[in-house]
Amino acid sequence: MAHPKLSARQYMILGVVSVSAPLGDTCLSRGMTSLPAISLAHPLTLIAAVFTPWIALGIALLIGFFASYLTALSWADLTFVLPATAFGNMIVVLLSRFWLHETISYQRWLGAVLITVGVGFVANGPSLTERPAPAAELEPAAAVREEQAR
Amino acid sequence: MTIPYPAPQPGPWTAAAMIAAVVLSSTAGEVLTAAAMKSIGDLDEIRAHSGMKGAIRAVVTCPLFFAGVSFLAVAFFALLLALNHLNLSLVAPASASLTLVTNAIAGKFFLKENVDRRRWISAVLVCIGVYFLAH
Repeated sequence: MAHPKLSARQYMILGVVSVSAPLGDTCLSRGMTSLPAISLAHPLTLIAAVFTPWIALGIALLIGFFASYLTALSWADLTFVLPATAFGNMIVVLLSRFWLHETISYQRWLGAVLITVGVGFVANGPSLTERPAPAAELEPAAAVREEQAR
Repeated sequence: MTIPYPAPQPGPWTAAAMIAAVVLSSTAGEVLTAAAMKSIGDLDEIRAHSGMKGAIRAVVTCPLFFAGVSFLAVAFFALLLALNHLNLSLVAPASASLTLVTNAIAGKFFLKENVDRRRWISAVLVCIGVYFLAH
């Protein structure tokens, strides 16, 4: 089941992982900063926070992230999926600049370029570590070779 | 009991401990989840053979998956707590970049993934990039 090159659908799943995680985190931050500070002595207040609108929206986005993330992990290595999906940070910078008209410093552009180069590095490599096939899968091939030898 | 809003900013050690809790629990969760998904196999192929129900059944009947989700749940509440006391511009990049490095190490030693030079360079570039984004 090795996939040296990803299909368009698999790239789309990695795109969903990239976009839904930063959007979900932003919603969580928006929700948590609007709440009073929560003490570790009363952890139940953290559970109550889950039912506030921004945090609920953040959780919905993170559920979408998790479903696509699990799918990606079923056909690619963890050390491939994580850097590849860091491209979401770049998307956030572009949205901030061109949609929210925020001023982006040179340092942030440099950060975005480094992430893009890093993603390009890993995305051009193999997505899955190739492992030797189990003996059960090798047996039919061995049988064919024996047949040919005879 | 709730502390009056806005909360005082915690000291550097407390902030580091909050971020470390997020990084360690999410690394454990991600490694266990990745191991679970590798043991299950390609979800696209399972869905093609057994439908969506079959794919969901394959995931939810895997014990490793639940171990991973438990750690990810701990990481989620650690993140909520950190976001309640620290700025998103500190927590998100710091936890994301540190998790990349700890996952590369864990991927090599626990998942036996081929973390070649290309993946190390990528992890370091993304890590530095995330650091710059936070400034």
